[in-house]
Amino acid sequence: MKRTVFPNRWLPYALVAPQLAVTIAFFFWPALDSLRLSLYRASPFGDRLIFIGLGNFQRLLSDPAYFWSAATSFLFSALVTVLGLAVALLLASLANAKIRGLAVYRTLLLWPYGIAPAIAGVIWLFVFHPSFGVLPYLLSFVTAYQFNWFLKGWVALVLIVVAAIWKQFGYNLAFYLAGLQAIPGSVLEAASVDGAGPIRRFFAITFPLLSPVTFFLVTLNMTFSFFDTFGLVHAVTQGGPGEATSILVFRAWKDGFEGLQLGYSAAQSVILMLLVVALTAVQFRFTEKKVTY
Amino acid sequence: MASTSPVAAAGAVATAELAGRIPAARRRDMSGAIAHAILLVSVAVLAFPLYYAFVISTQSLDEVTTLPPKLVPSTHLIPNYADAWARAKMGRLLLNSAIVALAVAIGKIAISLLSAFAIVYFNFRGKQLVFWTIFITLMLPVPVRIVSTYQVVSVLGWVDTYWGLIVPLLASATGTFLFRQFFQTIPDSLAEAAQLDGAGPLRFFWSFLLPLSKANIAALFVILFVYGWNDYLWPLIVTNTPEMRTAVIGIDSLIPRTSQLPEWNVAMAAAMMVLLPPVVVIVAMQRWFVKGLIETEK
Repeated sequence: MKRTVFPNRWLPYALVAPQLAVTIAFFFWPALDSLRLSLYRASPFGDRLIFIGLGNFQRLLSDPAYFWSAATSFLFSALVTVLGLAVALLLASLANAKIRGLAVYRTLLLWPYGIAPAIAGVIWLFVFHPSFGVLPYLLSFVTAYQFNWFLKGWVALVLIVVAAIWKQFGYNLAFYLAGLQAIPGSVLEAASVDGAGPIRRFFAITFPLLSPVTFFLVTLNMTFSFFDTFGLVHAVTQGGPGEATSILVFRAWKDGFEGLQLGYSAAQSVILMLLVVALTAVQFRFTEKKVTY
Repeated sequence: MASTSPVAAAGAVATAELAGRIPAARRRDMSGAIAHAILLVSVAVLAFPLYYAFVISTQSLDEVTTLPPKLVPSTHLIPNYADAWARAKMGRLLLNSAIVALAVAIGKIAISLLSAFAIVYFNFRGKQLVFWTIFITLMLPVPVRIVSTYQVVSVLGWVDTYWGLIVPLLASATGTFLFRQFFQTIPDSLAEAAQLDGAGPLRFFWSFLLPLSKANIAALFVILFVYGWNDYLWPLIVTNTPEMRTAVIGIDSLIPRTSQLPEWNVAMAAAMMVLLPPVVVIVAMQRWFVKGLIETEK
């Protein structure tokens, strides 16, 4: 808290006015309106709204397709976060040495962050392309299995997971590397003198000391894979084949803007909001208790 | 966090030598070589898809569709890029993206600076309420309230306009939060001195706070520019004419679907043009980008 403040009656209001206006118009109003809309459905001609109470939620929770979407979202998010971070941590640990040119490596690792998920998806779409892509071509020497993601749901899921990890991987690695370099070598040497092997040293010392970095990266990767990958799904798979890659945000968009079921889509927004609030609560508890800064 | 401590490094070397086993220098050479090898392979694997996309964008249709895939650049770079430019009206798309990305970055920095200034340097009635009203937005990203946000924009008559593309993306507190944190680290004596010199609040803001915030402004700029350029969901919803599309969604028409001529060379040329600006911004402003990543996600 500052003790020096400027005495002025109206200026502070003028200063916060733009931000407040934007926040109320494009945050509070839509959030509350989503709550209201989620209790209605559009009439057959779309000209008025009919109150149906919790009907939309009942319909959602009894819809197997919605559960499938939720499961896909969580699986996708878990794969991107866990695989992406595990590989990054492994490589960073192996590459943790005082070497020249770290700044250059960092530049060469960070640039993919700037690529839009949709563009990353389009590039990987071609790498995976069943007829012309380099990956199916190489795999055709190993197995006769057709890795055609137009037809096989799991290949499509692998495609978007790979594209998402690719985009995130560089900075996961860069951050782990920076975190590892900040751990005093003397701590590890001491453990080594005490007879702890490399694996023991990693789990007893390195991993706990890296927990702030891990926590930061988990949050970042989860938010990314849950919300920012809409473009990836929309540009590449359109949620398909079938419903194989129809993540929650994609479904909410599709039901709202293609299916024009505003209430149904708003109900999905409300569920997403609850999910984010829950995740944030977990995040706060976790920051307070588990993480050593 | 991103910097290595020379003290720690010296400490490690000293302990290793005291331990008197493998000569420290030789062991460092070994682990150094391994580190270089791993990092070089990682960098190469990361770069491969981009290289591949670039190679495809220089090939003719025949070359793109023959197996085995050719992995060296060919001679069709100029016709492919010209084709993509003409067919997707890339000029307009890139202009739209630039307008949106710059306006989102500059607009959000401006309103965040002002509100953080008010919250830190003034006492006013309702301050707590204002504070929480703004900061609760940290919790909910745009995708969880798309339908209702669209309705607000539509009531305002902003569908298919730059206003509609830009203003709703400003409703988030990351910037305000960042500047508030930063202002709180500035010693009280600065504002006291300014007041003694007779500087009013706006003078203080302009001559002292703004110059001190340069690094934070740059950090936020990189993150927001990339966000504004790459955002997909919102422009998809709020625009409905090709003239108002941003680049990331505008090139969709060039991506060959199963029944179309597989002109992947043209699609990749378009992709290269769209991905270049944000990547250049990140590489050119790398120092601030890392700072921004850490500060905005805390």
